[in-house]
Amino acid sequence: MTLDQILASLFPKGHEVVLDHGLLSGRGDLPGGTTLTVIGVDGRTAVGTDEAIRLSANVLDVVKRDSKDPILVLIDSNSQRMSKRDELLGLSEFLAHLAKCLIIADSVGSRTIGLLYGHTAAGAFIATALATRALVALPGADPVVMDLPSMSRVTKLPLEVLEEKAKSTPVFAPGLENMTQTGAVAAVLDPTISLAIQLEALLVKPVESADTRDRLGKERHGRPKAAEIAARVYGLARGS
Amino acid sequence: MNSVLVESQDPDATWWSTQSWFGASARERVRGLLDAESFEEFIGPEQREMSPHLRLFDLPEQFDDGIIVGRGLLDNTPVLIAAQEGRFMGGAFGEVHAAKLTGLLRAASDIRSMPVLILFDTGGVRLQEANAGELAIAEIMRAVIEARLAGVPVVGLVGGRAGCYGGGSLIAGCCSAVAVSEQGRISVSGPEVIETNRGVEEFDSKDRALVWRTMGGKHRRLIGGAEMFADDTVPSFRDAARRLIKRVPPMNVATLVAEQHRLVKRIERFGACADAVDVWRSLGAAEPQAIPALAYQEFVALAHRLEEVSP
Repeated sequence: MTLDQILASLFPKGHEVVLDHGLLSGRGDLPGGTTLTVIGVDGRTAVGTDEAIRLSANVLDVVKRDSKDPILVLIDSNSQRMSKRDELLGLSEFLAHLAKCLIIADSVGSRTIGLLYGHTAAGAFIATALATRALVALPGADPVVMDLPSMSRVTKLPLEVLEEKAKSTPVFAPGLENMTQTGAVAAVLDPTISLAIQLEALLVKPVESADTRDRLGKERHGRPKAAEIAARVYGLARGS
Repeated sequence: MNSVLVESQDPDATWWSTQSWFGASARERVRGLLDAESFEEFIGPEQREMSPHLRLFDLPEQFDDGIIVGRGLLDNTPVLIAAQEGRFMGGAFGEVHAAKLTGLLRAASDIRSMPVLILFDTGGVRLQEANAGELAIAEIMRAVIEARLAGVPVVGLVGGRAGCYGGGSLIAGCCSAVAVSEQGRISVSGPEVIETNRGVEEFDSKDRALVWRTMGGKHRRLIGGAEMFADDTVPSFRDAARRLIKRVPPMNVATLVAEQHRLVKRIERFGACADAVDVWRSLGAAEPQAIPALAYQEFVALAHRLEEVSP
């Protein structure tokens, strides 16, 4: 689905979401009456310091208004911007700040939902979509930690070998299906029915206070050990 | 047994007083940082909880998957501690490695009274387990923030040979405080990654002076990316950890609004700088080109002076 189709399906009565230099901001009313604040990255824009600080400003505006409006994070991004200037300015702090703003917004009552409709990668993925309370995706979304040709260079394994291994394990290969199996993506939406209805159904579900993505990854056979190891360390640390 | 006698019988008792943090292993760092004999490990190497994925790539596994987590005393204060081993897979976050840290942080949220120390030494996500590692970074960041919401200090210590790159740098950015040594590098994209993607004109990864200037501990301390600058010794990091667990900035909206303001100002002040030397000059350093060569004490004094000039 294109951005325009997504916005039309979410907000059939119209919206005030604008696209400026690759970043989305604004709001719209779902048919049921809930006002959503929308932020996001479109057109495979890289997330550098300049982008991250605008996104976090939008999140903080919602929190400061104390509206408790849910925040929808729409993502079709590149990776973090890879440049000398961004690292000189301390990009890690900007990306961490954006993630912190999303998590704090959620903790003070604004539900955060990520909607992945295109590409995303590496640090940009972590600071945006993966920092929301619930991440959903549309078919065709393309989350990547590192593409296979680059991975082939770093791991010194031939591309054909990686492609072969990718068929048998979801743990390293790019793509929505593999990322969903690890537990990162709560659900893949159906583009043939109203996104508004699907989002409203998500919003009426009670908020899970715990992070359950590791358990989801175990159920889906994408991460066999994470949930058990974390639970064991938790038990050992608490039992004293 | 008399503890003084025990120390004098142990030929290693004072080995760490001059030991380089950079050169030490994760186990040596934990041992030197905590009070003697106080460390208790959770899921130690004897349990052989190894990566279930590395064998797919015919890569050697390690019994602790490159991270040590546990509990101990720092100056008689109970603390939780995690230490990454940069010499195994570059300290990268794999599924088991990351889950140990996640479990530790989740416990810290519920215990509420034990600070957490994270000894970073990492290149970021372990590519052979990329999806598991990527998601785990997000889980750890959430767990750090939830621990901080529960009032728990989470202190990052950065000075290892692998630096603190990729997802590790984002986790460090969520900590209540960070101490970094000159050798510690904090950066999202590594030098080679920038060069591969953008060309050698953008970033020459072989220019080590450029790497230290742009990503190293001195620059991070000067621009406000780290609260303390540590000397490259175990006692200096121990001293930093002792101080920083007492510094607990609230994790709330006001703190994030202030951080937003601080980061906006940083772009305004330094956004047009072409090099770290220009940033340091803008900060008010009289001889910015001399900063990389400054010894520990001289640099600490300069950092304090510059902080007073431009808060």
